[in-house]
Amino acid sequence: MKILVLAKRVLDTANTNLKMDPIRGTLIKEGVPSILNPDDANALEAALAIKDEDPETTITILTMGAPAAKYMIRECLAMGADEAYFLTDDAFGGADTYSTSATLAYAAKKIGDFDLILAGRQSIVGDTAQVGPQVAQRLGLPLVTYAQNIKIKDGKALVERQLEDGYEVIEAPLPCLITAVGELNTPRYMTAGGILAAYEKEIITWGCSEIEIDAGICGLVGSPTRVVRSFAPELKGSGEMLEGSPQAMAETLISKLHEKHVI
Amino acid sequence: MYMTEKHELFRKLVKKFAETELTPEILDEVEATNHFPRELIAKYAQCGFTGVKIPKKYGGAGWDTRAYVIMNEEIACVSAVSAIYANTPNSLGGGPLLAAGTDEQLEKYLPPLARGEKIIAFSLTEPGAGSDAGQVQTTAEKDGDYYILNGRKCFVTHGPECDYAIIFAKTDSSKRGSKGISTFILDMTLEGVSRGLPEKKMGLIGAPTGDIIMKNVRVHKSDLLGEENKGFSNAMKTLVGGRIGTAGHCIGVARAALEESIKYSKEREQFGRPIKDFQAISFMIAEMATKLEAARLLTYKAAYLLDTGKDASSAAAMAKFYASETCNEICAKAIQIHGGYGFIRDYKVERLYRDCRVFTIFEGTSQVQQMVISGSLLR
Repeated sequence: MKILVLAKRVLDTANTNLKMDPIRGTLIKEGVPSILNPDDANALEAALAIKDEDPETTITILTMGAPAAKYMIRECLAMGADEAYFLTDDAFGGADTYSTSATLAYAAKKIGDFDLILAGRQSIVGDTAQVGPQVAQRLGLPLVTYAQNIKIKDGKALVERQLEDGYEVIEAPLPCLITAVGELNTPRYMTAGGILAAYEKEIITWGCSEIEIDAGICGLVGSPTRVVRSFAPELKGSGEMLEGSPQAMAETLISKLHEKHVI
Repeated sequence: MYMTEKHELFRKLVKKFAETELTPEILDEVEATNHFPRELIAKYAQCGFTGVKIPKKYGGAGWDTRAYVIMNEEIACVSAVSAIYANTPNSLGGGPLLAAGTDEQLEKYLPPLARGEKIIAFSLTEPGAGSDAGQVQTTAEKDGDYYILNGRKCFVTHGPECDYAIIFAKTDSSKRGSKGISTFILDMTLEGVSRGLPEKKMGLIGAPTGDIIMKNVRVHKSDLLGEENKGFSNAMKTLVGGRIGTAGHCIGVARAALEESIKYSKEREQFGRPIKDFQAISFMIAEMATKLEAARLLTYKAAYLLDTGKDASSAAAMAKFYASETCNEICAKAIQIHGGYGFIRDYKVERLYRDCRVFTIFEGTSQVQQMVISGSLLR
């Protein structure tokens, strides 16, 4: 089985106190560590679990990003992926989801056929959840989003698709594209030996010309999205912490709500 | 300066592992029971830690001394005792095997160590042979294809729980001091082997330490490690790598003490402001950070020398001497910054302070390191 995993390098917004440049309206990225996007790590783990069952499986990583993303790709290889393609070109910079998915789809077609494409639901920096579905659309593949469980059997994927209050089970023929949520699995660690092996592998690096994409449909130029304004919401005053026994705190709370005519 | 991108990715792995798996609840349980969970050793093995320095052909990851230092540092930064279980199969256990083992011995003993299935101990110290390790009284008398071992080893880390022990014993009593000593791989299930009770230690609780007693133990000649009567040089070779590993252990614990002190000094308020705003505290932190950095560079340099085939014995002694003494200073200052809370078990620095005390003693005391360093200068 051949699996393609879409992986993105993101700023570690979950564990870092991010700040915005108030004048430029952009994030201050200096000193902020970057990581493999958490949902993408779940997608990779799902691929690795399939490979655990069927060692003939090959896992290919596809990443678009700045040169520094190569380190994250090594991490994916050290977890157990077999090979990696890295799309990096000045022309790819500033891409929104529309041009990102175009670039990824061109590259996926160029790499070859896959039985399954796995992606994270969304990145923690954009939260759009659009890239996976758009890639599926562009490649003409069936799409299942928000996968919390995946089983592959007889050329089909049986997916539990997460809903707000439960899940639905969807059967999709292969090849298809599935996006993963955090509940799907716990990504494995890299291994000491895996890291050494990762540095012995070649990461195939492609730009515009290699994937034969028109520069006009990728990067900022090919992005219909325009950001009007970015800002950090103003911090509100700190709340008041109540102390004492639960009963005493409840009594204080009730009296304060009365005082403010809330109840 | 001494580390590559590859090493830093390995650091990322170990750091994430240690912070995720070595939870405060588990570490409290380790301390309470003086037992390190075998499931954690299995997880170490899955990540390749127990065989990090063991060659690939024997089931290890095939890394170098710098990675081994990083592993000790990052695990020790979360838990000093937990680092021992990743460390030993690579250094004091696996080290003598790699230094002198035959192919058959390596194939037999290294893979189970790398897989975390067996625990090995290093047994040099005896009641009358500490820093003066040449004074070992344990004897090994040849008897056909066997050696008959008699004697008592003490302060053996893993002594109460190990499957194998590397034993140094006198095979030629006519030779004095460090001469006439041979090394053996002792299977702890052999008849005549017994273990002492775990010692009640000040720190590093969870890795039991105790005696190994041998009474007419028949060890087959296939378990003689290296040449007969050349065992002491085998021990010394192992100690170079082991000292660098211990220095890594020290900088991990020292870093934890510094990080805890920085955090606490920002939170703790006295006289109407955080105590970090007092020069008495901030200068202590500056000194701790500076000495830690110096210890780290000495340690990384020693590892780099060993990795690049240079003589690292003096550099290893300097790294171990300075890092262990500095770690003790930093942990003592961390307690001082924490005030009364530092004396209470609920605070991490209390355990760090107890754990680090042995660092200037085991794997060669500071004074032995000074002998090595001065010996190389005053020939």
